[in-house]
Amino acid sequence: MRSPPRPPSSSEITAPELYARRREFIKSGALFVGTSAALGAGLTSLSSMGSADPPATPPPLPKAPPGAVPWRIDKRGRFGTSETPTSYRDITTYNNYYELGFSKSEPAEAAFRLKSQPWTLRVTGEVEQERTLDVDTLIRWLGLEERVYRMRCVEAWSMVIPWLGVPLADLVKRLAPTSRAKYVRFTTLLDPEQLPNQESRVLSWPYVEGLRIDEATNPLAFLALGLYGAPLPGQNGAPLRLVVPWKYGFKGGKSLVEIRFQEREPETTWSRAAPSEYGFYANVNPDVDHPRWSQASERRIGELSRRKTLPFNGYADQVADLYRGMDLVRYF
Amino acid sequence: MPFASIAWRLSQHRLGANPIATALNQIGLLSLIFLCASLSCTPLKIAFNWNWPLRVRRSLGLCAFFSVLLHFLVYLALDQSLAIGAVAADVLKRPFIALGFAALVCLVPLALTSTKRSVARLGFRRWQLLHRLAYLIGILAVLHFYLRVKANHTQPIVYGLILALGFALRGAAKFQKSRAARARESTRDAHPGAA
Repeated sequence: MRSPPRPPSSSEITAPELYARRREFIKSGALFVGTSAALGAGLTSLSSMGSADPPATPPPLPKAPPGAVPWRIDKRGRFGTSETPTSYRDITTYNNYYELGFSKSEPAEAAFRLKSQPWTLRVTGEVEQERTLDVDTLIRWLGLEERVYRMRCVEAWSMVIPWLGVPLADLVKRLAPTSRAKYVRFTTLLDPEQLPNQESRVLSWPYVEGLRIDEATNPLAFLALGLYGAPLPGQNGAPLRLVVPWKYGFKGGKSLVEIRFQEREPETTWSRAAPSEYGFYANVNPDVDHPRWSQASERRIGELSRRKTLPFNGYADQVADLYRGMDLVRYF
Repeated sequence: MPFASIAWRLSQHRLGANPIATALNQIGLLSLIFLCASLSCTPLKIAFNWNWPLRVRRSLGLCAFFSVLLHFLVYLALDQSLAIGAVAADVLKRPFIALGFAALVCLVPLALTSTKRSVARLGFRRWQLLHRLAYLIGILAVLHFYLRVKANHTQPIVYGLILALGFALRGAAKFQKSRAARARESTRDAHPGAA
């Protein structure tokens, strides 16, 4: 025998006025969830504009193209630092390469556009013989060397990078500049097909950097062809770039197509864009602030607290003599 | 939700090689979005005669305040590791930091007087005068962003234009209102007996 179902107790009965508005409840509830999700997603994407997340896995080490001479490292350890190198992932996903993207993570994503093989480097101006070189010739001439250098960006962050390349001084000697060669100008590739942001007028293209000849022949100055034992990825300036570890990172022109020896000081890209903020010399100097931020300290990528910035990025022993008697506040 | 996203990605090491700088920049941008949104409520009402923007205006303003406060705290605690001396020097010496800090200081009284009780206590006229500070805060925030950016000024210019459009609409509405008032006055003067 089954008893009939008990009627619901009065407390369980939906009040009639609420029952009458049930559709409204569902509608406004759905509306609320919908709008807040849409607003939240919109705000999240708006506020992270231009700073897309880096890939979860590190980008693969680039391979040497088939047929190329396998890389043999002939020298290691000169001017080395005992500091831990920054991870390959951070070095290759946190880049300032405006031609490939204005944010730090975009260059790694756009780097596939840059075709670094085949590549030629023109040597022009005040040299015994103007000529065109390729990367293999540089390696054949000078051998490959590993240099673990600190890199200090003008934006007050720094890394430790195990470069692979050739000493610039040895190359300059080999190219035999004339006595009129007082400066060296380094020019980046100009090709909006490969470097899409060259369509924008944010900076004047191609990117140009320069050194005084005695800076270029200082043993620290370096032309990098690779990092972490492999050819440079595009976002780091493939196939060859300048590395001047005692100067702010922007001095290191990437993807170079021309080295020109000349008598006059070259007009360089950033100092042309904002002469009061970026000088020709751009030596790392904790006592000369960038007008918009302090240069006294820096954040080493991978660390949380800041560390003090060293004069000439810690390379004063090697390079301070180059600037003896110069007013480093005026020539910043 | 955007804050949760930043916090989540920060904890998962998904903010890139320089997570503190990324978090700082994204919260800063979010603050500016909230500021521009709260300052766009009145212009939306003027342009489309919608009422809902006015109902969310206070919430948006408070979101802006808390976001700016968080932006400052990230700068103070994470970026500068609570080095008060360095922060004070930055505020005094660096125009872009001074502008941002001024905006935060101006936001404090607005957040404190955001309740209905405060409107009653201050009287609507005085409360409204005080809350006109929001215009200044918007301008300070856009300048802060503009001066911070190294070369690509597209984003600060876009936010500046949004604010400018809002100010233009307010100006136009005010002009129209005063003209209408004058017109009413002159019709009244023309027919003194009509009232």
